[in-house]
Amino acid sequence: MTATSTTLPLPDVASADLREWLSTMVLVRTFEEAADGLALRGKIPGGMHPAIGQEAVAVGAARALRSGDIVTGTHRSHHHALAKGMSPAGVLAELYGKAGGSNGGRGGSMHLADFDLGLWGSNGIVGGGLGIALGAALGAEVLGSEQISLGFFGDGGANTGRVWEFTNLAAIWSLPLVIVCENNLYAVETISERVTGGGDITARAAGFGLPAHQIDGQDVVAVHRAVRDAAEQARSGGGPTFLEVRTYRYKGHDSGQVIRYRTEDEVQRWRTSRDPIENFTARLTDAGVLTADEMSTIVEQARRMVDAAVAFAEESPWPDPCSAAENVSAWNASPGTSR
Amino acid sequence: MAGPLQRRRERERLERLARDFAVNAPNSATAGTGAEPEAQATYSTAYQAGMREEMIRDATIFVLGTDLYDRGGHFSQVKGLGPEFGADRVRDTPISEAAMVAAGVGAAMNGTRPVVDLNFIDFSYGAMDELVNQAAKVRYMWNRPVPLVVRATAGVAQGGAQHNNSLQSWFMGTPGLAVVFPSRPWDVKGLLKSALRGHDPVVFLMHKLLTGARGPVGGEDDVVPIGSARIVRPGRDVTLATYGYGVVLAEKAAAAVSGEGIDVEVIDLRTLAPLDVDTVAASVRRTGRALVLDEAPAVAGPAAEIAAAISDAAFWYLDQPVTRLTGRHSPIPHSPALIAGLLPDEAATVDALRRLARASGPEVAAS
Repeated sequence: MTATSTTLPLPDVASADLREWLSTMVLVRTFEEAADGLALRGKIPGGMHPAIGQEAVAVGAARALRSGDIVTGTHRSHHHALAKGMSPAGVLAELYGKAGGSNGGRGGSMHLADFDLGLWGSNGIVGGGLGIALGAALGAEVLGSEQISLGFFGDGGANTGRVWEFTNLAAIWSLPLVIVCENNLYAVETISERVTGGGDITARAAGFGLPAHQIDGQDVVAVHRAVRDAAEQARSGGGPTFLEVRTYRYKGHDSGQVIRYRTEDEVQRWRTSRDPIENFTARLTDAGVLTADEMSTIVEQARRMVDAAVAFAEESPWPDPCSAAENVSAWNASPGTSR
Repeated sequence: MAGPLQRRRERERLERLARDFAVNAPNSATAGTGAEPEAQATYSTAYQAGMREEMIRDATIFVLGTDLYDRGGHFSQVKGLGPEFGADRVRDTPISEAAMVAAGVGAAMNGTRPVVDLNFIDFSYGAMDELVNQAAKVRYMWNRPVPLVVRATAGVAQGGAQHNNSLQSWFMGTPGLAVVFPSRPWDVKGLLKSALRGHDPVVFLMHKLLTGARGPVGGEDDVVPIGSARIVRPGRDVTLATYGYGVVLAEKAAAAVSGEGIDVEVIDLRTLAPLDVDTVAASVRRTGRALVLDEAPAVAGPAAEIAAAISDAAFWYLDQPVTRLTGRHSPIPHSPALIAGLLPDEAATVDALRRLARASGPEVAAS
């Protein structure tokens, strides 16, 4: 890993698309900074897990997929949701638990979903989302569709049994699945390398007999290229690929966490030399794809969208408590009493 | 696993039970006459037949689990379907319950109808997160249907503490899961059809001791609704609500006390979640006395919920407190002698019925 971001050529995509990637990364960053502040002010019940610093992973992956493809996320998934096209207003209102939220307040930060956009749920259970992606890939195969799915999990999930049970099944059945370990180096407050036997998640994955690669997750182009290749292989019947995408979160596990397990120096090193947005901005500028004015517009647009999202979330009504036990199961129309 | 000799003995034992059960089979045309019943299927072959008919009807139905294609599962539940439908629709998996159920959940969300066959429900502990945290909550969180059937054999037989858990109470306590537990071939097939034509996850439990039980089965569209109990035997004096193998005990016990002038109404709940409280409560309003028979342990078990539901819905009609006759609060041991010491049997059921039917004052408490 640690290929510096200027060593790879820009991908063969239109300049406008590259600027859109950057716009989305900036939107994610702006959204997350705002939401983090709102969580600290008690606006977000239960808090949230900011993905500030991990924007390139979500955008690089989402832009390598077709519109009908499926993504499942983790508990830290606002970047996945926004990269898949969920509206910042709908996401923020969902974080607030308001009726205008993307899931009517039923989901919350860890359970964002929009099936029309192919986001099949961020998931509060470590490794859980990968299982849904696995099953979605099986469903696609049974139906004979060209759809593929991509399941994210974290370095913490790489030490759960279920992740490898899912990987094994995907490998032996050659399912159209892209398995992405979003390794941000810390499993909640534990340094992952201290709790990872053998120390190498990619090598572990390779033992299941599928292609496994480690990718620089701070480089949106590298992520995009790796996911695109994996997606092509999956779509053409070549089976799953395992990608360990090395990235970094600037904030703690959740908003407001006091961090004792790493130094501020380490954070600053990543922020100043490995920031995915700054590096991509520099590359686009150097390549003549982005002007300073365009960058100002991107930043300003993100600011406006997030301001509008905050206003929407603040003004959205609360959901009706009488509806709280509805839609549990068609077999069971909410028997019992609520009070 | 058991060797050939044990397997043969077990098969013979199940066949004895099956013959025994067939004579008392609910709704059997010849029940109680002593004649050979008009047996059209066993509990197990009714499941095969239901799966076959539904797989023909709906090409998106497939089954996955261990040892299914050749062996047909550990209870022959899908025997023959592998060669008939092919390895894509009868899928053998590694011994990985989490992957089995996760694959089922995602595939169901993607518009197919998977049946995950766990062979023994005890193994669902290895997939509890996928079942409870994912399958059961997807509709609620995201308004996405999960037409998933998780089939497993349940109930106490032999095989020790880790093959005989009564997990139905756990699943009853999980919002979003339907739990069915048929007692006769007709309901196995009919409830399976309901499950495979619905939109939400169903835990489909089949009692080990009923594997070879014979009885009539319905046709292609004889669907038994989920959430509907059945009055097996009408009676005036005591309502006996039970399910699974308890129906066998209940029928025998009801027959045994009928000569003493105790007329027992036996209700087969068929579905534990949702529970058909209306049918049970209406019966208790007629009889004034209720016995709940359940081999699961009493503490926080299905019988506790059923008894509470009866109290809620029919308290002022009760002549005596609701009686529970359940398994004891214990894991299941290996020795048949010890198992017998834990579970309600026919004699205990008869005794409970007698005491409940004759009780007339506060000195007669629950068993």
